Amino acid sequence: MTAPAPKLEVEDLLVGGAEFRVVDKVSFTLAPGESFGIAGESGSGKSTLLLSLMGMMRQGLQHIGGSVRLNGLPMMGQTDAALACVRGSKIALIPQNPATALNPSRRIGAQIDEVLLVHSALNQRARAERVLDLLGRVRLAEPAVTAHRFAHELSGGQVQRAAIAMALAGEPEVLLLDEPTTGLDVTTQSALLDLLVDLRLRAKVGMVCVSHDLGVLARLCDRIGVMYAGAMVEEGPLALVLARPGHPYTQALVASIPRLSTGGLPSPIEGSPPALFHLPPGCRFAPRCALVQDACHSQRPALSWVEEGHKIACLRPNMAPKPVAHRPTTACAKGAPLLAVQGLSVSYAKQGLFAHKAPKPVVEDVSFTVVRGEVLGLVGESGSGKSTILAAIAGLAVPTAGQITLMSKDRTADLAARATDRPLSQLRSIQLIFQNPDASLNPRHRVIDLLAQPLMLYGHVPRSDLRAKAADLLSEVRLGAATLDRMPAQLSGGERQRVAIARAFAANPDLLLCDEITTALDVSVQAAVLELIHDLARKHDVAAIFVSHDLAVVRAIADRIAVLRNGRIVEINTAQELCARPVDPYTKSLLRSVLEIPT
Amino acid sequence: MRVGRTPFALPQVLRDVLAQGSGRLGMTIVCLHLAVAVAAPMIAPQDPAVQDAGAMLQSPSWAHWFGTDRLGRDVFSRTLLGGREAMLIATLATVIAMVWGSALGILAALIGGRTDALVMRFVDAMMSIPWILMVMLFVAALGSSSAALVPVLGFSYGLSVVYLARAAALDFVARDFVVAAQIRGHARWSIALTELLPNVRDSLAVQGAMQWSWILLAVSSLSFLGMGVAPPTPDWGQMIADARGIMQRAPWALIWPMLALSSLVIGMNLAVDAWARATGVDRNRRVPGA
Repeated sequence: MTAPAPKLEVEDLLVGGAEFRVVDKVSFTLAPGESFGIAGESGSGKSTLLLSLMGMMRQGLQHIGGSVRLNGLPMMGQTDAALACVRGSKIALIPQNPATALNPSRRIGAQIDEVLLVHSALNQRARAERVLDLLGRVRLAEPAVTAHRFAHELSGGQVQRAAIAMALAGEPEVLLLDEPTTGLDVTTQSALLDLLVDLRLRAKVGMVCVSHDLGVLARLCDRIGVMYAGAMVEEGPLALVLARPGHPYTQALVASIPRLSTGGLPSPIEGSPPALFHLPPGCRFAPRCALVQDACHSQRPALSWVEEGHKIACLRPNMAPKPVAHRPTTACAKGAPLLAVQGLSVSYAKQGLFAHKAPKPVVEDVSFTVVRGEVLGLVGESGSGKSTILAAIAGLAVPTAGQITLMSKDRTADLAARATDRPLSQLRSIQLIFQNPDASLNPRHRVIDLLAQPLMLYGHVPRSDLRAKAADLLSEVRLGAATLDRMPAQLSGGERQRVAIARAFAANPDLLLCDEITTALDVSVQAAVLELIHDLARKHDVAAIFVSHDLAVVRAIADRIAVLRNGRIVEINTAQELCARPVDPYTKSLLRSVLEIPT
Repeated sequence: MRVGRTPFALPQVLRDVLAQGSGRLGMTIVCLHLAVAVAAPMIAPQDPAVQDAGAMLQSPSWAHWFGTDRLGRDVFSRTLLGGREAMLIATLATVIAMVWGSALGILAALIGGRTDALVMRFVDAMMSIPWILMVMLFVAALGSSSAALVPVLGFSYGLSVVYLARAAALDFVARDFVVAAQIRGHARWSIALTELLPNVRDSLAVQGAMQWSWILLAVSSLSFLGMGVAPPTPDWGQMIADARGIMQRAPWALIWPMLALSSLVIGMNLAVDAWARATGVDRNRRVPGA
């Protein structure tokens, strides 16, 4: 029996620059109609690999060696004219951020029509019909209306569907997907994945899908490869790899994913991936590996078979990994109430002098209390008002109704609407941590200067003690004192978020407001941040309101969870109870949309 | 490849400026001019103010390298010394313009709302008055003196700095780190100084250097019109005005001050351009290799 000729063959592909490799000797094949997933964290080279499958190189990178063959024809070293015949018609890419990949000043229909103009011999009328047919195939309601829309007039999910329709226009045999659902709400994501699964079954297109989210790959793919620092470290059938990961990195990655069913804190991977300029001489994962041996530091393992269809690049593949056991959260002591939100409503004021549309409430009649030392999770999709609630508590959004009461140690007081009207003691006791540490840390300040600001403002720490105090704070977030003199740009994303957390704790707060603080981070780093917030909150008896769109993340850290929809709380309960026995139909649908990886 | 920059990376910026051909040329011209201006009183061969009725409109010779003007004064010495006063005025006026312009611009951006609108309409109104008219009013009131030029040029050239500083700061006021400082409870001036200023610093430095060359040209124009640097202090603008009528008979009296003035302005522009690329203010054109 001979296997059918592969659609796509990648052999020892090397992509990089003069002194570094972004993609280092990657090989895999894609059978016709098969779906291959590439998992990896940011900087692992997965997106660069995906682009090079089309014969495209990012700026500053070049093809160094190895080959990519589509239907047996090489993709490397071809002229642009030769590649243009293949791109779009044989192999098509759905880019990571379709909102920026679509031309904002042309209608959706016209952009799809352009693909047909290039890759088909249809006349204008036939093309117009085809556009509507394609938009229908990606299940966009009212294709005729959508074709006349601009990208900014569509929702995120609709834009992604339009981009898929555009990629399908040339009837490609291989579809490349770069993080297809990143930035979408969970329910939208779930519907989009249904569509992709369905397309694959019906159109029989092969897929190569890149994602950091193993849950997404688990829905879409038959086989997956795991990338780390430019190299493929494990490859095999999806079920096999997820159920019995053999490479220590894959094992650690799987263990770092929060589980809705079990709860508990996921385990982080210590350290950070190596810089591509300074790869360790042996195994790339050796410096972070729990099972490291002397040989790992000198020998670079090759990807080799361990069982039928399953390849691992490890000197001593651990075929019997420990079952994933998340550390249970320690129960919070039942404390006194700290914050009471009552009947809170917020609407954004009308914009402009002549605007007469009535402002739409973003948050409506929301009430809850936070007990000293507990973590309250606020979960909801975009537009549910979860961030606005935080903004109102922080004094950044002015409520139209309701009040927020802070019961600090010495006195109980209603909070003024604006942060600028609040006394310093109230400002100190509520600290906000932002979603993206790139934006929340001033790029022109050293870490010591960033930490010195709250220390000097609230603590009146004398200048001579600043360094020691700041180093203490850094050690609490598990960063060394050497970090003090670094600039934010010299730190990794996870380290930056730790600095932001240290800055919040520098104020010695009573309440932390965490606004999607792990969204911009990799899963393994997310696990570390969750652990950190949990440990620090318990240690210092600090309460936290943890906002996230990801129910599994909230389940991992929160004592209680409130589910928000359209600005209202639809259900609030203890985390375990809410996930085990949801009452509200919306909570149930959210729980169903969470992508759990099979174990 | 450079990741991030420490707060004071002047040597690195300077290296990046000098790595560019135009930057090297510009910096050389400007430094040469500055050196000459500083050393001129020592190296000028003759007293620039001494008139010699017996040596009027002489062509260049060993005694008078650049010839003499219509009063018999030595053009070489006058050219060496002719930029000093204008450069001094330009420097002082630039400092004034940058200080008040950036302070007002950054605060307007940070405070926003009605204050911002009021400040900007005031600046608009002031901008609609031609600066030369303002200078003439001042000179008429205070007399033609360098001391009168400094504040009035500092004021009128500061108006465009307000625009620039506000636009540069607006890029940052909505960023999370500024919001974070606000809800931490820092005072406004402290936010302007510690959060915004370091981020608009490079843009302002480039703008300041440009302002300097514009003000230098303005001072020279005023001197040309007889409202700037007063005789007997030699000045390029004055010299050009003076030699205008005898252009055909004694072109050397006109050419040398013109060359001096235009080379300084061009040199400054080249240097500023390279500087803008080196600091990343000019985002479209990066230093090759940086």
